[in-house]
Amino acid sequence: MSEVKKFLYVNRKAPYGTIYAQEALEVVLIGAAFDQDVSLAFLDDGVFQLTKGQDTKDAGLKNFSPTFRALGDYEVTKLYVEQESLDERGLTLDDLQDIQYEDEDDDYEEKPSIIVVSRAGMADVMADQDVVLSF
Amino acid sequence: MSTLHTVNKSPFQNQTLISCLGHAKAGDSVLLMEDGVYGAMSGNAMSEVVAGMGANVKLFVLGSDVTARGIDAGRVAEGITSVNYEEFVGMAASCDRVQNWL
Amino acid sequence: MKFGIVVSEGPYTHQASDSAYNFVKAALATGHEVSRVFFYHDGVNVGTRLSIPPQDDRQIQEQWSALAKEHELDLVICIAAAQRRGLLDQNEADRQGKDANNIAEGFRISGLGQLIEMGIQADRTITFGD
Repeated sequence: MSEVKKFLYVNRKAPYGTIYAQEALEVVLIGAAFDQDVSLAFLDDGVFQLTKGQDTKDAGLKNFSPTFRALGDYEVTKLYVEQESLDERGLTLDDLQDIQYEDEDDDYEEKPSIIVVSRAGMADVMADQDVVLSF
Repeated sequence: MSTLHTVNKSPFQNQTLISCLGHAKAGDSVLLMEDGVYGAMSGNAMSEVVAGMGANVKLFVLGSDVTARGIDAGRVAEGITSVNYEEFVGMAASCDRVQNWL
Repeated sequence: MKFGIVVSEGPYTHQASDSAYNFVKAALATGHEVSRVFFYHDGVNVGTRLSIPPQDDRQIQEQWSALAKEHELDLVICIAAAQRRGLLDQNEADRQGKDANNIAEGFRISGLGQLIEMGIQADRTITFGD
């Protein structure tokens, strides 16, 4: 099995209120070992997963948001974020965590993993996949 | 190249159907199932939105979920095709990918 | 054609496992193959043999176990999701020092890698969830 498939993990739900975001991330981390062409999509309430400053201590929940910054170490480097979803929620790129990866093909230069796309751009990303897993 | 999208939420509950229709490509198929079948009804506050946004896609509804909810077949909007599970399977097989809008 | 199926909601609370069951039956009836059914999130609760639904309702776990037996289906329960929710086979019960197992016939517990592998091997992956 050397076939490489394009996997897209679609995140449309906010973190913490339900477990979907957290368990989606667990799939992404395990999936990284399979050397497939992996992308993540964040749209609708899914963009809330990436906000910085999440502090779950007083709520008594596990804060899994730092894991997003570790994705680069797993060679998961394409996090598509929808501009319209940010706009609708009054968010800008500055409200999101600074997520980077080291590009081994470019002298390990640190590059941003977040790719902001329009709704039409997101539709193009979705239509270019072999496997779409939604959470 | 086409996608089969499924939607299982009422458009009165959340934006899932709107989001799906906003991302589906011309020629794609969208299947309304479970509580998603309420999005297939005519004569309600969402009917025109669904018809407008869905103008470039093929809209389907899972018949068994329509009858389960006591929706008369005559209340399903014009242009939305009712399918059974065998046809659902056939649609999944004949598209290039399935995207389930959860 | 080979289908891979994900079930990500629990039985009775959500229609997802019923829809998945209907889809799998229809796929098999129309000559397709179902390479695996992967239970994730609360979907793992489909695989407990200790549920006692009212007799006039459908028996979700028994339906899946019977279908698995008839068609040699591979019903996989995600170990990480199962551990959180108290779904164990004897091996896991022993390993974790728990006093019982509750997995139903025809189901097996394995890792998330089985989900990715299913996505790679199946021609289409379809998720039934919320």
